[in-house]
Amino acid sequence: MQNAIELRGLKKRLGNFVLGPIDLTVPRGCIVGYIGENGAGKSTTIKLLLHLMFPDEGEIRLLGKDVQEFTPQMKKDIAYVFDDLYLPEDMTLNNVQNFHRKLYGQAWQDKTFADLVARFNLPDSKSIKHFSRGMKMQLGLALALSHGARLLLLDEATSGLDPVIRDDVLDILLDYIQNENHTVFVSSHILSDLEKVADYIAFIHKGQLLFMETKDDLMNQYGIASLSEEQLEELDDMAIVGKRPHQFGVEVMLKRELVPSDFELEKVSIEDIMVYMIKGKRK
Amino acid sequence: MNIKIKNSSNDPIYLQIKNQIRDAILNGELETDELLPSIRFLAKELRVSVITTKRAYDELEKDGFIHSVQGKGSFVAPQNIELMKERFLKKIETNITEILRYAKLAGMSHDELIEMIKTLESEHAECD
Repeated sequence: MQNAIELRGLKKRLGNFVLGPIDLTVPRGCIVGYIGENGAGKSTTIKLLLHLMFPDEGEIRLLGKDVQEFTPQMKKDIAYVFDDLYLPEDMTLNNVQNFHRKLYGQAWQDKTFADLVARFNLPDSKSIKHFSRGMKMQLGLALALSHGARLLLLDEATSGLDPVIRDDVLDILLDYIQNENHTVFVSSHILSDLEKVADYIAFIHKGQLLFMETKDDLMNQYGIASLSEEQLEELDDMAIVGKRPHQFGVEVMLKRELVPSDFELEKVSIEDIMVYMIKGKRK
Repeated sequence: MNIKIKNSSNDPIYLQIKNQIRDAILNGELETDELLPSIRFLAKELRVSVITTKRAYDELEKDGFIHSVQGKGSFVAPQNIELMKERFLKKIETNITEILRYAKLAGMSHDELIEMIKTLESEHAECD
């Protein structure tokens, strides 16, 4: 089966920051959440995927093809939504649509676009400089989904938006992957969204990919416990992923398989995993 | 068919889905040869990962509750209800033997044990 994204030894140096080498494979038909701190390299990765930036080393294959060999016609297969629209602010909905119709030619789907615009209630008389942040993102999403793309990349697209709009976005992403040839790769800080819908979580830290795992396995692997210092002493050091000591005890994230089975552990969230892992690395 | 996902449950989500579909098959709510929702549609509606619903279906198939036809979907497999009941009776027997062993260790009388079953039963009914 053809993979949606394949990265082999991908490396990019930007000043003092080095991304990679990253090896990552995203199968078709899934939603991948790409998480990490600010400056971890998430946006750099997405820019490299879109060929807006060129790697120093390594190979990027999207939908089975090397990105260097992508022709302008093939770019319709890839869609993206950033945190801003990057369109001239004086354009109205109509201007934007005409522009994209020319950009994508035959691939452009007037009806899909009209449906999404109606679903989002976007005004057709206003120029986009009068659009709210949420409306801009909705327009970005409508544009991205209206040229038959098979891979959708979102870079912090929903950050700064209210929970209701984010919820709508989740619905749209879930609709999108009803087609098993469609794939979504989404970088986000808002991890509760990803917790609901992502199939895989890829975690990048200081330019290095720490893991990519199915969300279910990931969340079953760890547990959180509140312990006393004495209880902590008795545990296998290897079991401790990260801890938060406080005046009245210590909270720890543990690897379930390395603690006794009668140990009471609470479920973790993706946010817990990210925070405890990063803080665990600092010690 | 209703499927309820409880985040507070200790059972992983795939197992919650699997068990509820299995129960619906066993109590006849889902009939033999009935087409089940696709894994993608189920994932979308329940807002869970496709991998989760796929795992639930894979396990239902492994246990003989459903069968999948490439390109057509998953269907409820014919169930041998008698055989199922027999299996459940076996399980009950094993568990009761264990309960009796523990009751003896704890020095519980027969009446106390019955009383406990009744209490738990009524609590369980409230939860449902």
